[in-house]
Amino acid sequence: MTSPFNRRQALALGTGAVAAAALGLRAGPALAAKAATDEAIKAFTRGREPVRGKVKLELPEIAENGNTVPMTVSVDAPMTKDSFVEEVMIVAEGNPNPGVISFHFTPSSVAEANTRIRLAETQNVIAVARMNDGSVFSDVKQVKVTIGGCGG
Amino acid sequence: MTSRRDFLQIAAATAALVPTGWTRAFAQQRLTQDDLLAFEPMGNVTLVHLTDIHAQLRPVLFREPSTNLGVGEARGLVPHVTGRAYLDLYGIPGGSPLAYALTPEDYVALARSYGRMGGLDRIATVLDAIRAERGDRVLFLDGGDTWQNSYTSMLTKGQDMVDCMALLKPDAMTGHWEFTLGTDRVKEIVDGLGCPFLGQNVRDAEWNEPAFEATRMFERGGAKVAVIGQAFPYTPIANPRWMIPNWSFGIREEDVQGSVDKARKDGADLVVLLSHNGFDVDRKLAARVKGIDVVLTGHTHDALPQAVTVGNTLLIASGSHGKFLTRVDLDVRDGAVKGFRSKLIPIFSDVIAPQRAMAAKIQAIREPHEAMLREELGRTEGLLYRRGNFNGTLDDLICDALLAEREAEIALSPGFRWGTTVLPGQPITREDVYNATAITYPAAYRMPMTGARLKEVLEDVADNLFNADPYYQQGGDMVRVGGVSYAIDVARPAGSRISDLTLLRTGKPIEAGTTYTAAGWASVNEGTEGPPIWDVVAAHIQRKGTVNPTPAQVTVRGA
Repeated sequence: MTSPFNRRQALALGTGAVAAAALGLRAGPALAAKAATDEAIKAFTRGREPVRGKVKLELPEIAENGNTVPMTVSVDAPMTKDSFVEEVMIVAEGNPNPGVISFHFTPSSVAEANTRIRLAETQNVIAVARMNDGSVFSDVKQVKVTIGGCGG
Repeated sequence: MTSRRDFLQIAAATAALVPTGWTRAFAQQRLTQDDLLAFEPMGNVTLVHLTDIHAQLRPVLFREPSTNLGVGEARGLVPHVTGRAYLDLYGIPGGSPLAYALTPEDYVALARSYGRMGGLDRIATVLDAIRAERGDRVLFLDGGDTWQNSYTSMLTKGQDMVDCMALLKPDAMTGHWEFTLGTDRVKEIVDGLGCPFLGQNVRDAEWNEPAFEATRMFERGGAKVAVIGQAFPYTPIANPRWMIPNWSFGIREEDVQGSVDKARKDGADLVVLLSHNGFDVDRKLAARVKGIDVVLTGHTHDALPQAVTVGNTLLIASGSHGKFLTRVDLDVRDGAVKGFRSKLIPIFSDVIAPQRAMAAKIQAIREPHEAMLREELGRTEGLLYRRGNFNGTLDDLICDALLAEREAEIALSPGFRWGTTVLPGQPITREDVYNATAITYPAAYRMPMTGARLKEVLEDVADNLFNADPYYQQGGDMVRVGGVSYAIDVARPAGSRISDLTLLRTGKPIEAGTTYTAAGWASVNEGTEGPPIWDVVAAHIQRKGTVNPTPAQVTVRGA
């Protein structure tokens, strides 16, 4: 089986993302995944508590197919030399391996990227953005992964 | 026919409050076509809304639900008010025609008095009358679930409905069950439809490009009216995705806002969302998206005699199966709604005269199949109905048939909201069976299922119904089960609502690790095998002669 990371990288269609790298966070099942999520966020924010806002995550409320869920992330930033978003990290706290992808940006690029992600079960997807001044922002969205059927 | 009409016109006077839009004669039960249509016109735009007819060309019996629970912010609000409470809320006298049309109270006796409702030929008569009165002010909009779920619609892949609806000349429509005809057939119909098929929330799955027109602008009574279409957001989840692999749906709330903003920029005086979201989703959407004047809501089959107001937005819910049309007159001036009047028009088939052209068309469509459809398979001792959150006696019958004919321990039947009603002592015809089962993925499967998987399925469907956030509700009622009893606490979080799963055959608890034989139908998975469900149910009824379905055993808590 091919690694899902390779496919994710291939699918990353970031309009302004200079580089998109899959995160290699290691985690065991369940609780360990939550701990790994918190750990990864802390490392990314360099210990700062992210503030809600500026970064926006667009995901369907219910996934049509958990294996390939369309996701768009954008950041409200001027993208000038003095003020721009450096990096956005995406984590899925219910996946066996919560690290999903990380987008790197440079000034004068468009602070938006989209890709497709894989979600093992109903869970929160978290986006954390780090600006060039070190300030950090986050957004979270719950995505439901269902067995399907029975609607009508 | 005549005697029933006489009865309708003779019945005793009842003093009561009458919802706005109905005349006193209505409350006094002297029903005439003129009374049903009576409407004090207002303003310069008339919207006529029809939705969820589920391909029923002829008048039907359809019992409204007795159990329709609201959760979260919708708890206790319409449409989650049923029976006696509904009558009290709207001041409708018990035993009246409206009580019959809108609630399950005293349903059997009233059904025998007031007869069938709906019929596209009667709907045509009402539309003719409204158009004659209001001329070029009228916009007639079809909310979808129109092309499927009867025998002839299945046989003709929706063509019977397309041809009949063409006679009604809708100005636009949106869809849900339409998509179960598959991508190619939907495209073929839409290309020659004669009216726009709108769906701002349907996209090409690969490139995210619009698959259908989002908005159509109309000129009515001197006002520019934008109609934005919203197809059922969870079609590829609730129904087979493999039939429409290249289309992606979703609520796409921000895109709704985008379409509204664009319509306003293009000069719309009135913005209408023609929606198949379901009522609770539309109520939330109306509170969050700015600038929608009217939401014509469908999918959840709610019939409400008055508009529900959310901020400056009106929500109109027009029922199902052709039982109702809603007329909304609006005074639209200077880009704003200055006033409105609405009326849910009940289509009593013995009171409203059929329109000749439509009646002839319907007869021509049905004629080759009429004898087969009327074939009596057996009789029912009790009332057979489907609608309700947890069970319906019609589904109990289907589950009994699955258990017996497929030799299973557990039966699963989907929580569809459509399907007609059969009165106690009446024969069950082949058409009655098709009206409950006619879908394009009918295989009655038989498979091993662990207790853990059964619980997972029940939990999953329960969350699709009882998630406190309507955006996470997928629609449909609870999956029906046979051979098993269970308890459900609707107020608990996902994954922890279902308990006390018991196998009825042995009286013992369902064990997570034990494998049981389960039968069901309407699987959304490609390649599901088994005989069509209508054959299974028909064989069962024929073998039994008279049926008296085993009542489902569901204990409900937290409501």
